[in-house]
Amino acid sequence: MPELVSHPEEVKVISRRWGQGAADIDKYIEMGGYASLRKAVENGPEWVINEMKASGLRGRGGAGFPTGMKWSFVPKQSAKPKYVLVNGDESEPGTCKDHLIFLHDPHSVIEGTMIAGLAIGAKAGFIYLRGEYRYLIEIMERALAQAYERGILGKNIFGKGFDFDAISHTGAGAYEVGEESALMESLEGKRGIPRIKPPFPAVVGLYGGPTVINNAETIASVPFILEMGGAAYAKIGTERNGGTRLFGISGHVNRPGVYELPMGYNLKKMIYEVAGGIPNGKALKAVVPGGASCPILRADEIDVGMDFDQMGKAGTMLGSAGVVVLDETVSIVEFALRTIKFYQHESCGWCIPCREGTDWLKKTMTRFYEGYGTVKDIDNMQYLAENMLGRTFCPLGDAAAMPMIGFYKKFRGEFEDYIKSNPAAPETQALVELVGA
Amino acid sequence: MSPEINPVPNTVFSPELAARFDKLVTLYPARRSALIPMLLYAQDEVGAVTDPVIAEIAERIGITELDVRNVISYYSLLHTKPHGKFHVQVCTNISCMLRGGNEMLAHCKERLGIDNKQTTPDGVFSLEEVECIGACCWAPAVQVNYDFHDNLTNEKMDAVLESYRQKASGR
Repeated sequence: MPELVSHPEEVKVISRRWGQGAADIDKYIEMGGYASLRKAVENGPEWVINEMKASGLRGRGGAGFPTGMKWSFVPKQSAKPKYVLVNGDESEPGTCKDHLIFLHDPHSVIEGTMIAGLAIGAKAGFIYLRGEYRYLIEIMERALAQAYERGILGKNIFGKGFDFDAISHTGAGAYEVGEESALMESLEGKRGIPRIKPPFPAVVGLYGGPTVINNAETIASVPFILEMGGAAYAKIGTERNGGTRLFGISGHVNRPGVYELPMGYNLKKMIYEVAGGIPNGKALKAVVPGGASCPILRADEIDVGMDFDQMGKAGTMLGSAGVVVLDETVSIVEFALRTIKFYQHESCGWCIPCREGTDWLKKTMTRFYEGYGTVKDIDNMQYLAENMLGRTFCPLGDAAAMPMIGFYKKFRGEFEDYIKSNPAAPETQALVELVGA
Repeated sequence: MSPEINPVPNTVFSPELAARFDKLVTLYPARRSALIPMLLYAQDEVGAVTDPVIAEIAERIGITELDVRNVISYYSLLHTKPHGKFHVQVCTNISCMLRGGNEMLAHCKERLGIDNKQTTPDGVFSLEEVECIGACCWAPAVQVNYDFHDNLTNEKMDAVLESYRQKASGR
């Protein structure tokens, strides 16, 4: 079982019940569980959405869209049934927070799903977990069965005429399915190819009905927000970035783990104090702050607050808050190659800029890594990546291009030195001549 | 009068799995939503999504075998050829790479005497280098079938492999 960590700087809101047996419904209820659902049923949808708006909660999957606003976009009247879809396809390299939510507090996901359903007028919810998380799917299934046994799920919940059904669903291995429209395709039993937007899922989603899709961490936060009140939750974080975040710190730190810290927490402090600094007396080289798709920060750029807006200003993203720490021994060339190998493997192939772009970046990076690179290759790769941006239906093209651009821009010198230190084939020509590059 | 339908006798799945599938297709607004879970659960029982599995599932959902094959080819966990009894999946993505994922893969290759995507001659182990499995903070991590093994060292990995070897020989 994955190790739990703790640090005095943590503000435990959604991780409050971890490690205490709350996967069992009795323990969950004893620790205050399902009280927020009761509150929501008693106070009604409008109250829920107002609390959510006041909380400043923004989507934890990476896009950071305000959750209350997303819910309010769902039309009140709909000819087709509405749905709640929970995204637990957690696949962003560096991210393992939902893993712990499903393991330690599956009922918070169920309760959040039900509250979302009440808010938008849905009667059914789907909790989608990646296929690799089989043991967590089993935990989720037991939790759902318990909720049905207690009459928490089903008909006329708390005697207030609210009906809601929820099931868990397994994926079968696909990063792309973490994108919301591909997730819907996958839940409908198809290849995870993104849909064209608009229409947005809030209007036309699962089975053609209005659908709210939220990340598992977002959904798990909902009961805690209603418990403490939206305004109190907002106060924990920074302006326009309410609440806490589960930061998964991995790579070269002494105490890797998932820590719950207020939004806006300083990245440098997070690495050196919370995660215990860099092992073996090594120096820090760089940090990927929010999962593999987020542009890298150099060691001199990490004195920055970890919220959506401050990370944006720093030229990167908060993403899924998977903080990957690189010490001075890491070769950025090797790291860049591993990153693009991943995106090339995961590109669904639907949009040409992504399919071809990731493939050529991988080919060129592979050759570069093997010692046959040229300075022109660095220019070509950066140009190629820059021209993938914004040219695909879903954000996977951007997710592949953005970190690569970061590597070339911030570590250009290292790429050039790499060529000099590997004089394998001085006569090598660029693989292709890109027009205008 | 409705036409008489003779259900195809189920010879592919155990009665338990067949019953589970009968229920699964009713849980969604559309039967097809059960397709991916069915493929994965069938694969767990049969060992691969073989031709008979594909035919049976296509029949149960009410889509063509080609539709089923199109879906299978998209998802990395689904495979049409059997793996070893214990499928060793070594993550080498960034967080694991930084903590020795590549070395762990090399170690497993050496210990098992096979390369990536190969199966040992006795059919006990197969090996695959995989993308992020969601265990980044406990790297390097390996999944054997669905079981996670975290914070591995070569010694720990040897013990893990040995425990599966013993399971395979029924000890």
